[in-house]
Amino acid sequence: MQQSDPHDQPAAEPADGSDDAYIRFEQVVKRYGDNVVLDHLDFRVAEGERVTLIGPSGSGKTTILRLLMTLEKANGGVIWVNGDSLSHMRRGGKLVPADEKHLRSVRSSIGMVFQQFNLFPNMTVRRNITEAPVHVLGVSQDEADQRAGELLELVGLAEKIDAHPTQLSGGQQQRVAIARALAMRPKVLLLDEVTSALDPELVAGVLDVLRNIATTTDITMLCVTHEMSFARDVSHRVLMFDQGRIVEEGPPAQIFSEPREERTRSFLQAVLED
Amino acid sequence: MLNSLPLYLNGVWVTVQITVAGAALALALSFAAGLLGSARRRWIRAIGRVYTEFFRGVAALVLMYWLFYALPYVGFRLDPMFAAILALGLNVGAYGGEVVRGAVNAVPRAQIEATTALNMGYVQRMRLVVIPQAWAAMLPPMGNLLIELMKGSAVVGLITVSDLTFVVRQQWSSGGDTLVVWGLALLFYFLIAQALLLGVRYLERRANARLGRGPAFRAAPEPAAASAGGSGR
Amino acid sequence: MSWDWDYALSALPILLQGLQLTVIATIGGYVLAIVLGLVVALVRRLAPRWAGTGVYWVMEFIRSTPLLVQLFVLYFGLPVFGIVLPPMVVGIIGLGLHYAAYTAEVYRSGIEAVPRGQWEAATALNLPTRRVWTGVVLPQAIPKVIPALGNYLISMFKDTPLLLAIGVVELLNSAYRHSARTFEDPFELMTMVGLLFLAVSIPSAIFIRHLERRYAAV
Repeated sequence: MQQSDPHDQPAAEPADGSDDAYIRFEQVVKRYGDNVVLDHLDFRVAEGERVTLIGPSGSGKTTILRLLMTLEKANGGVIWVNGDSLSHMRRGGKLVPADEKHLRSVRSSIGMVFQQFNLFPNMTVRRNITEAPVHVLGVSQDEADQRAGELLELVGLAEKIDAHPTQLSGGQQQRVAIARALAMRPKVLLLDEVTSALDPELVAGVLDVLRNIATTTDITMLCVTHEMSFARDVSHRVLMFDQGRIVEEGPPAQIFSEPREERTRSFLQAVLED
Repeated sequence: MLNSLPLYLNGVWVTVQITVAGAALALALSFAAGLLGSARRRWIRAIGRVYTEFFRGVAALVLMYWLFYALPYVGFRLDPMFAAILALGLNVGAYGGEVVRGAVNAVPRAQIEATTALNMGYVQRMRLVVIPQAWAAMLPPMGNLLIELMKGSAVVGLITVSDLTFVVRQQWSSGGDTLVVWGLALLFYFLIAQALLLGVRYLERRANARLGRGPAFRAAPEPAAASAGGSGR
Repeated sequence: MSWDWDYALSALPILLQGLQLTVIATIGGYVLAIVLGLVVALVRRLAPRWAGTGVYWVMEFIRSTPLLVQLFVLYFGLPVFGIVLPPMVVGIIGLGLHYAAYTAEVYRSGIEAVPRGQWEAATALNLPTRRVWTGVVLPQAIPKVIPALGNYLISMFKDTPLLLAIGVVELLNSAYRHSARTFEDPFELMTMVGLLFLAVSIPSAIFIRHLERRYAAV
């Protein structure tokens, strides 16, 4: 964190410094052509911690989630999830490039909710939620159906179990997507601007569901959002990104009330004015 | 093998001739049918429709047989080469008409309104504004049709025109090695197709450059979006 | 010369027999084309680069050479390798192979039209590759390409007369042979062949346009 925090201040309690980090980025570099999106990024997230990433668009926040979900590959550095590297695996005492099997085992602890929901339009809500448990975890259809019912209850859409995604509002689709991600019982939930594509009146419903999940479970959350009050309510720690680096980090109360960096201040001002 | 090469090249030449002549006829018919089909008056559009539906519905070979074998019995004897070109042109022209109609209809309404504002007549509007813009959009599908026409010309041997396929068949009957002779046929057709495609690509580049879309006119790439100001939502 | 109704009607059963073979060849060739085309599209996506490139050029070659020559190559070439098949079977294989090169492109565009987010969601859910294709991608890609595939069915129907060149007595050939046998002039028969083609292909084209509108509306 040295490069990101010139003010020698220790940041959030749970993760920093300790080696029990569940997720660890070490000198991670990500480029698109000449455009450096992540510039030798270091950071850690502890098990059960809820971290929110804020910053201007293009600052690399979403890329972090996409790297963790193995939707993209880093150009340099190492990403560790629960002691496993995303790019390499151990075989006979040596580190070799990760194969699909290794990636699948790492992925099994991570779930993701997307900005554009990405529900499967050719499946009912029920099948959207049960598809992966049945075909990946090998759960029986009955068991998966039952769990789908419970999860839909949790997100307040129990009556929509046989609907098709196209029959739902954006907010409802996103709540189904949350249920779909949770059905895989992930340790980590990645939330990628989950309310950005929603009409304003539908945002609250989705955030309520997430607040509920945050307070009733000990799931690790990494959240990219522009909803600052939500970030303040649920996260243990807030990271402010700009130009592929962490500009500032700290507990939400500090970041939102007394940001130390000029960049953070101006960003928050711009967002809150909106 | 080598001494029969001139025979093959003769066949290639006939195939190319039929393709070019058929394409010229098809192009003229395409514009006629396409412009009729995009006309404002319903009954004019209907004429274009009838031509298109009729000649798209009949197989080119059936048309060719009809022109060559049936028509003489009602008093019209056509030269086989002419019958071949006519059948291919009529057939491909029907498909081309749809291409022209689609491209003309796709020219933005505002362009038409601008020509009205400039007090242009129908001919001026089409010649100066609509067709130059539609042309670039027509070329890629027209290129595909040109290949289809070239391939379709292989049947003309069945009405006694000595095109490439006809020559190859003769060579084969007179004892040429089956795989070599027919392999050569495929190779020649493949080369003709590639040459035609090169020509179409050239026309496409020129048409696009004229509309300011060509590489010469391409605007400088946008500066990288990264780090540019907060989206602030 | 005037139109002879009696002769035309007396020959109708023979033409209808020819039409029957035309339809059989069309259906056989089409089934082969839509299955093979899908296989080709999947190989190009899933096989190693070099195999995909190889398949691409084979398809490009098939698309840019005439069906008639391909039929001759199969009909005269296969016996060289000791494979002797009836003309109708060769015809179906030829039609199927040729059109597979086109349907493969149709499938490819349908697969490419599946939004990236769908693939990403499938990855995030850790779905196995086979399930991604059978559960997510193909069920979305295939309905979109049904009208385009339908157009190739009509095209293939109109290409079946080429089979006469390898001796299949389809519709056009049945007319040709019948008039040769009876020494009657072929004007009525050839005209009827043309009308029979129109009678099948125009309603089919209208039906496909209806499909296009329906699927575009979804």
